[in-house]
Parts: sequence; C-alpha cells; structure tokens
Amino acid sequence: MGDLAGVTQPLPFDYRRVRADFPILATEVRGKPLTYLDSAATVQKPLAVIEAVDRYYRAENSNIHRGVHYLSEQATDAYEATRAKAAAFIGASDSDEVIFTSGTTEGINLIAHGFTESVLQAGDEILITHMEHHANIVPWQIAAQKTGAILKVAPVDDRGVLDMEAFEALLSDKTKLVSVVHVSNALGTINAVKTMIEKAHAWDVPVLVDGAQSTPHMPVSVADLGCDFFVFSGHKICGPTGIGVLWGKREWLEKLPPYQSGGDMIEKVDFDGTTYKGIPGKFEAGTPHIAGVIGLGAAFDYLNRLDRVGALQHEMALLKAATEQLTAIDGLRIIGTAPEKASVISFLIDDIHPHDIGTFLDAGGVAIRAGHHCTQPLLKRFGVPATARASFAFYNDFEDVERLVAALTKMKQFFC
Amino acid sequence: MSDDLHDLYQDIILDHNKRPRHYGALADYTHTAEGYNPICGDKLTVFLALKGDRIEVIQFEAACCAICKSSASMMTQALTGKTLSEADAALKRVKDLLSSELNLGVDLSVDGEIAALAGVRKFPARIKCAVLPWHTYQAALKG
Repeated sequence: MGDLAGVTQPLPFDYRRVRADFPILATEVRGKPLTYLDSAATVQKPLAVIEAVDRYYRAENSNIHRGVHYLSEQATDAYEATRAKAAAFIGASDSDEVIFTSGTTEGINLIAHGFTESVLQAGDEILITHMEHHANIVPWQIAAQKTGAILKVAPVDDRGVLDMEAFEALLSDKTKLVSVVHVSNALGTINAVKTMIEKAHAWDVPVLVDGAQSTPHMPVSVADLGCDFFVFSGHKICGPTGIGVLWGKREWLEKLPPYQSGGDMIEKVDFDGTTYKGIPGKFEAGTPHIAGVIGLGAAFDYLNRLDRVGALQHEMALLKAATEQLTAIDGLRIIGTAPEKASVISFLIDDIHPHDIGTFLDAGGVAIRAGHHCTQPLLKRFGVPATARASFAFYNDFEDVERLVAALTKMKQFFC
Repeated sequence: MSDDLHDLYQDIILDHNKRPRHYGALADYTHTAEGYNPICGDKLTVFLALKGDRIEVIQFEAACCAICKSSASMMTQALTGKTLSEADAALKRVKDLLSSELNLGVDLSVDGEIAALAGVRKFPARIKCAVLPWHTYQAALKG
C-alpha cells in the first residue's frame, strides 16, 4: 500500500524510452504508422495503467467501503490510496478535499449546482473568460438562468492572451465566483491564474480553476495557486476515461449541498429524515468508477516516476519545432500566439477547410482534431468557424512533427 | 496518395470546391434557410427563387469544407430549372448514393456530377458534410 514509498528519483527524461511505454504508438492506421497529435482530446495510456485496470478486474474487483471481506478491503485501500495520490499530485494537504468525479465537466457541474442551490442570488455575477471550454460556460449559463445571476466574460486579445486589466475591472462586490481555464485547449494559452486568484481574493471572490489541460503538462500546486476549487480529468493525464478529480477547500465543500444523492453519501436514511456524510463521501454517491480510480492511481504512479520537468522541456522543444515549421508553410496561420503556451497549435490554411485538413492527414495516419474544440464563443471571437489542431504530449517525437509538416505540404499540392 | 482519398476528393469535387457554381446571395429569393453543422463548423445558406412548383434559381453561400461546398455547388447545378418533385428524386438519389449499406454502383451518365459524391461513402465522418446542403434546401422549402 502506498506506491509513493517505493518511488526513486525519476530517470532523466528520454522520449525514446518513454514512447515504448505506450503500446498504441506502435500501431498502424490506414496502413501507416500512427502519428498521434490529438493528446489534448485524450492522452494515450502507458502499459502500467492498462495493466492496472486489467489486473483489477482479473484479480481484485470488489465493491468498496462497505464490504467486510478481503477483496473489498483491498479495493477500498487502493481507492483511498489513489485519493491521497491525487491530493499529492496537486499539492493539496488534506485528501478529504479530493472528490472523485467522472471528469472535469462533472466537477464543474457539481460546483455550479452547489452555487445555484446555496450561494447565487439574482443580480450576483459569475466571471469567466472568453476562452473557456463549453464545460466552463454552459453550467454557469444554466446557473445564471436559474438564479437570476449574470455571467460576465473577460475578453481575450488577438494573440489569445487574457486581458488582465479588463478581467480586474470586471471584479466587483457583485462577483460571487470566478471560474477560469488554466490552459486553453484550443489556443494553448497558459493563463496567469495565480495573479487572477490574488485579484479575485482581494474582493473575497472564490476561484475555480479548470486544470484539464494544465495537469498533463506542468506540476500544479493548489496551495501555491491559492484557488478555492480545482478540476481535472484522468484521461488527459494518462488515466482511464470516465474519472476525474474535483479538489475544493474544506470550508467550501462542507458548505455546498450534495450533488448526486443515494447510497454511500449518507450517514443515516430514514423516512423521517436522512443525514449526509461529511467530505469527501457527501459528493460520491453510488458505486464509483472503481476501476477508473485504480487506473488513475497507476497514472499518478507513472507520472511520478517520470522526470516531468524533462518531459515539459521536450514538449516545449516539439512546440518550438512545429511552430517554426508550420509557420513556414505558405498560407498557414496559427491561431493562438500567446507568449506562454502549452504544446498545442491551432491553425488554419488558406482555402482548405480544417475538416478537409483532418481527413487528408488521417489518410496518412496523422491524427489531429478539426472543429470548434468545444470553444465556439472563442472561435467566433477569432472570426473562424473551426480550426485544425495538433497537440503534442511527452511521448511525441520530432518524427511526428516531420510527418505532420510533410502531410500538410502534400495536402497543399493536392488541393491547390 | 491513397485510393480512398482520391475517391473522396475526386477531380469533380475539387473543381466544384474551387469554382462553386451559382455562388452568392440571391436578392429576390422566395425561400431561404441556413444550415449548420456545429461538429465541424460547416455553415451555408441556400437561396431559392420558386415559380409555381419550379426552381427557377437556386444559389448558395458557404463557409465550409470542400465536401460540403462541392455538394452544394453540384446541388445548385442539378436543381436549377427542376420541379419540386424532380428535386425530391434527386435528393433521394444523393442519399442513396451516400449509403454504404446500399453500396450502389455509380454512373456519371445517369447521375451527372453528383455521382462523385458516392466516394464520401467510405468516410462516414464526412457524410454529414455532403448531406448538409440538401437538408438546408429542404429546410428552405419548409420556410
């Protein structure tokens, strides 16, 4: 129990060695080697995570928390050990503040629901930014509809950088929550969330940070950031789909009402009255995605064994190489040119629609994403209906960059 | 260059994408509708000038992918001057050609350039792009 105890100093990052950890990278698609450049959509899984889930179902599967037999004890221990790992992963000291969810989207919905039920009044304001993912827009639109609160949106400049002055000007004594994305999935922009949190706290406004696209790339410390809530998804950090984490400060989580209700989140159920558990149980109704948590635990272990600083440096080198080579392609325009970016490149090519780019590249085994990336308001602001997006993880290599560029060049010849 | 890609982006389709026919807004339209596929960002507007049950003029404007644009262009070419029931038959034919279940043989001399859309069959993710203009035409009729 407690794999962290066995972790030695991570080996210096070597992307060739790391690639071998990911079985899917050796597959072929459309008769070509897979060039997977869609990690912002979902990250591939190392064998250690795949085997952990397989082993769980083969030899360890059991329901948790209420069983009195061996398998149940083991599963419960593994589940709660992952909770502790999740807390450590984001620099939180109290693992009761870690709630397992089905992902970032559910985490945000949980807080939006809680604020709707117990915080927001008509005329209150919720402040988000123009670069948010739909998961950090729609729940607040619904919360505003239900309560009469107003959604305010901090603007983004043409580089995709948040207008910090405008953000600050939107803070007032009416603001009851700031909810902001740490790293933009569409643009790659890294927001100065620590500064934003300081400014919000000066008005006593709590802040939720969407860490779905920051946790894959950079170490995060909620203690250092000072945020009040932090959400992220397992499948974007090498874990399974269907599992994620919501972290929240104890005072907040204890104050907010339950989200889903039913078994496991209760103390006593009686037709005369039912009482709820304290945190984290209060927010974990029903049998959870136990295998997902087990896989997530294995993902934390894997990332802890990795030299994450070296991994990030590698991603930045890939981003630099790809940016330089893509910019050299005639008629190609990069959308999202913030000085601080994660390894994500959204781009357009004159006269060739992103959807056609995606299909053409797919024929060559190159997987990118084309569309609105769940950021329709942001793309509307940039005056484009869609972009093509290539995103790099630490298991990509420079050959992937070359294949992307070669495919785009060939495509241009084909279409023009 | 894969054969499948050639099937998708045949010369006919590339031609219609580069030089879309009947492109532009129509000032005196009798019917119009906007079509939108949010998944990929295809947007287009279809304009019709109906006289009785005959489509005198059909035009379109679009910000969309090559498949959608060329399908719209081929549609305007196919439907200009047709009666509404002839247009219905053409629409059904296009849907049949796009069906991988039916897997119909194609004949340029029978179907005209619309036959080129049959290549989209192998790319299920793109069928919506090919069909969008035709659905938008239907929506324009409904008003």
